[in-house]
Amino acid sequence: MDLLAVILVDGLIYGAWLFIVSVGLTLTFGVLNILNMAHGGLYAIGAYTTATAVGIYFANGGDAFPLGSYAVMVFAALLVAVVLGPLLERGLLRHFYDRDHVVIVLVTYGIFLILEDVMKLIWGVTPLFVSEPYSLLGNVEMGPLFYVTYDFLVIGVAIVAGLAVWYVLNRTRQGKVVLAVIHDREMSRTMGVNVNKVFMVSFMAGVFLAALGGALTAPMISVSPGISVNVIILAFAVVIIGGLGSIEGAAIGALFVGIARAASVHMLPAAELFIIYLVMAAVLVFRPEGLFPKTEARKI
Amino acid sequence: MNTAESSTADFVLQAKNLNKAFGAVIAANEVDVAVPRGAVWSLIGSNGAGKTTFVNMVTGYLRPDSGTILFNDKDITGLAPRNITRLGISRSFQIPQLCAELTALENMLVSLSSANEQASFFRPAHSTQSVANATEMLERFRIVDYRDRTMAELPAGVRKLLDIAMAITGEPQVLLLDEPTSGVAAEEKYPLMDLVMEALDGSNVTVMFVEHDMDIVARYSQRVLAFYDGQIIANDTPDNVMQDDSVRRYVTGGAVATPGGV
Amino acid sequence: MTNSRLFVPLSCVLIFSVLVGIGFIIPQWAMFLATMALAKGLVALGIVILMRAGLVSFGQGLYFCIGAYVSGLMANWTGITDIVLLSILGVLVSVILAAICARLLSGYRGIFFAMLTLSLSMILYGALSKMSIIGGTDGLNVSAPTFLGYAPEGRALGFSLYFYTCLVSVIAGGLIRVYFNSERGLTTLAIRDNELRVEYLGSSVKSAISSGYIMAAAVGGLGGVIAGLAIGHVDPEYAYWTTSGEFVFVAILSGFFSIGAVFASSIVLEVVRSFSNLYFPNTWQLVLGVFLLIVILLLPNGLGSLFSKRRRKGGSE
Repeated sequence: MDLLAVILVDGLIYGAWLFIVSVGLTLTFGVLNILNMAHGGLYAIGAYTTATAVGIYFANGGDAFPLGSYAVMVFAALLVAVVLGPLLERGLLRHFYDRDHVVIVLVTYGIFLILEDVMKLIWGVTPLFVSEPYSLLGNVEMGPLFYVTYDFLVIGVAIVAGLAVWYVLNRTRQGKVVLAVIHDREMSRTMGVNVNKVFMVSFMAGVFLAALGGALTAPMISVSPGISVNVIILAFAVVIIGGLGSIEGAAIGALFVGIARAASVHMLPAAELFIIYLVMAAVLVFRPEGLFPKTEARKI
Repeated sequence: MNTAESSTADFVLQAKNLNKAFGAVIAANEVDVAVPRGAVWSLIGSNGAGKTTFVNMVTGYLRPDSGTILFNDKDITGLAPRNITRLGISRSFQIPQLCAELTALENMLVSLSSANEQASFFRPAHSTQSVANATEMLERFRIVDYRDRTMAELPAGVRKLLDIAMAITGEPQVLLLDEPTSGVAAEEKYPLMDLVMEALDGSNVTVMFVEHDMDIVARYSQRVLAFYDGQIIANDTPDNVMQDDSVRRYVTGGAVATPGGV
Repeated sequence: MTNSRLFVPLSCVLIFSVLVGIGFIIPQWAMFLATMALAKGLVALGIVILMRAGLVSFGQGLYFCIGAYVSGLMANWTGITDIVLLSILGVLVSVILAAICARLLSGYRGIFFAMLTLSLSMILYGALSKMSIIGGTDGLNVSAPTFLGYAPEGRALGFSLYFYTCLVSVIAGGLIRVYFNSERGLTTLAIRDNELRVEYLGSSVKSAISSGYIMAAAVGGLGGVIAGLAIGHVDPEYAYWTTSGEFVFVAILSGFFSIGAVFASSIVLEVVRSFSNLYFPNTWQLVLGVFLLIVILLLPNGLGSLFSKRRRKGGSE
């Protein structure tokens, strides 16, 4: 298998993972106009909850039906979304909606800091491992190389998640209501749309996607303090490359970054850590608002 | 009025075949006009006829799709607003563009420091001289009582006057006023226009103002540009324009004086 | 402010005398804490400069780190340990880098600006972590500074460093006060309110933002030089985004009306950090986060607004 193909496959896998961890961020921004710094924390909580839940599952006879652990992972992400989504949005964020964008970023930064320590208080600082779901599906042979089948599952989940978000937004009645709110909050309110509910549900969806990213990642890594920070930085870069609030943008941005990183890993390992920012800077030089910018109205 | 109107050399502002489209909407269609120095002209037309687009193109907020804009025979098409302001074309806004958290005095001080060729990192903005100059400007517009109030506390008419005062601080050669009397109570419209004209008296500034009120147009402008569908359909004295058939059909709707603006 | 042009220099002299006086009575640990608080206050002051233009930089750790590494590397490579020389070099390198970054950044506002500044500091973090010749993630040790030929040790070293930090902090604070009161300073405040208007008055918003960013980098680099020398060690963490987050925290806590409030907030943060390290070792970020939310909710204009008559109804400078 030649280098190009290796880079493409690795890039695709990494890009798919990036898409899953960033699509929630862009969705939350698109609907609520909030750049959620706590996204990384929610991802980490998703990973921790999954680690605990899957651990419990296998400790209680899950071995008889190991594939059930995938359902447990999704359930863990849902649990995080249902508990934390309304708590954060209704309990905290809505009090700041009339404030500046940057102020809300700072509020989510505060939430991020709080979540960091709350996680340490709940799960401690020793790493957790739940590798069973990762090895469950075996390996795939591609030429001289082996890939873990789970990696392709990640690609599948990314495609399903992306299509699902797109379908709900563009093909369902509820999705059209959300688009109306995105387009004109005040007008939607006067037309009888329950904007508060749209906000809460959209935020929950964003939390779910973040937690799902964590759930999928938990079996691949050692779940430990600090995983949230890397993710939020990566997700920001992807979302800014794609254009804030754009789902398509996040997909293409994730693919861009995924392939660039894979190329760097194979050809220029020293640059791996900041290749993502190079891609971002390059995109921004030519497209200052990202690949798929929101349009802005005339001011005067 | 300046008698030099016929001697082509003294057009301070010339627009040549300006075109601008927003998607399918044509906001400027072959707009062609030459404004003599010292003239006071008005721009009329229904909403969306292209008046503000014209102002926005001349002041650099919008770049025309084609055509050129000359200021003192120098091509200024597509320059940034600040460069156009520096050359001597200034504007006020339909919705006053003020600094909301600053007081009226501070707003004036901002325009004074901006009018300086080289604003300083050291010279205090509140120097005795600057404060005196700013206060004098506020006095000229009779809004000095509001000197230390922030925007939220100012009545609409005062905001309009402050917006215009800021525009003329830099001693422009051309002043574009976008609907100076819109949003102002009917009985305040004439006093407002009187104050503006008084403040400009003797400065030989060329004024172009967008206006919906035909009485104000007739009273303050020497010449009227009537816009419809992005085109100038009439360019004549107020009396003649108001007799014009197409103007009556498309702009004034037969009736005289459409009170208020948007 | 007062009309007298002596007001700023006189208050600087007064504040400096008080600070040095305090230095004679406080114990050494408190002096170190105060030195660090002032050094970090300088960095936060840079964020305050940008806040006045309506921007939040989430990446001032970049210059904090540059300053610290300049002092560390200079000492290790060339043997230069003079604090004045190191300060000048640290500021110079920061300013040059900022002048380049400003070209990219001055076109951005709001969250874009915040996130791009954050990314720039993370690039430095990533690069430094990979560069094993200068210590990689472990960083490197910085030898003790000398002061124009004077090479103190022990408590004298701590005091000299404190004295120097007070001196440069007061000078920087005074200069920035002069800038805040200046024509450019007022124009910057106007940009925060209405950028469009400022452009239409003939001022360049981009150049105002660039110069603010460069000034912020200068004080950031200066703070980094001092912090590196005070701790005696530098590592890539200086550029990490949570380090920058703490500077933002100080700036939010202080607001942008009072320069004294910036240093006061920085001291508050350092004191709270010391106590929570002592009593709640694993909940420092929790404390910080809750504190941040409370400040944003209850004190939207920061501590400075409590003391400043500036925003009162009908009040003027």
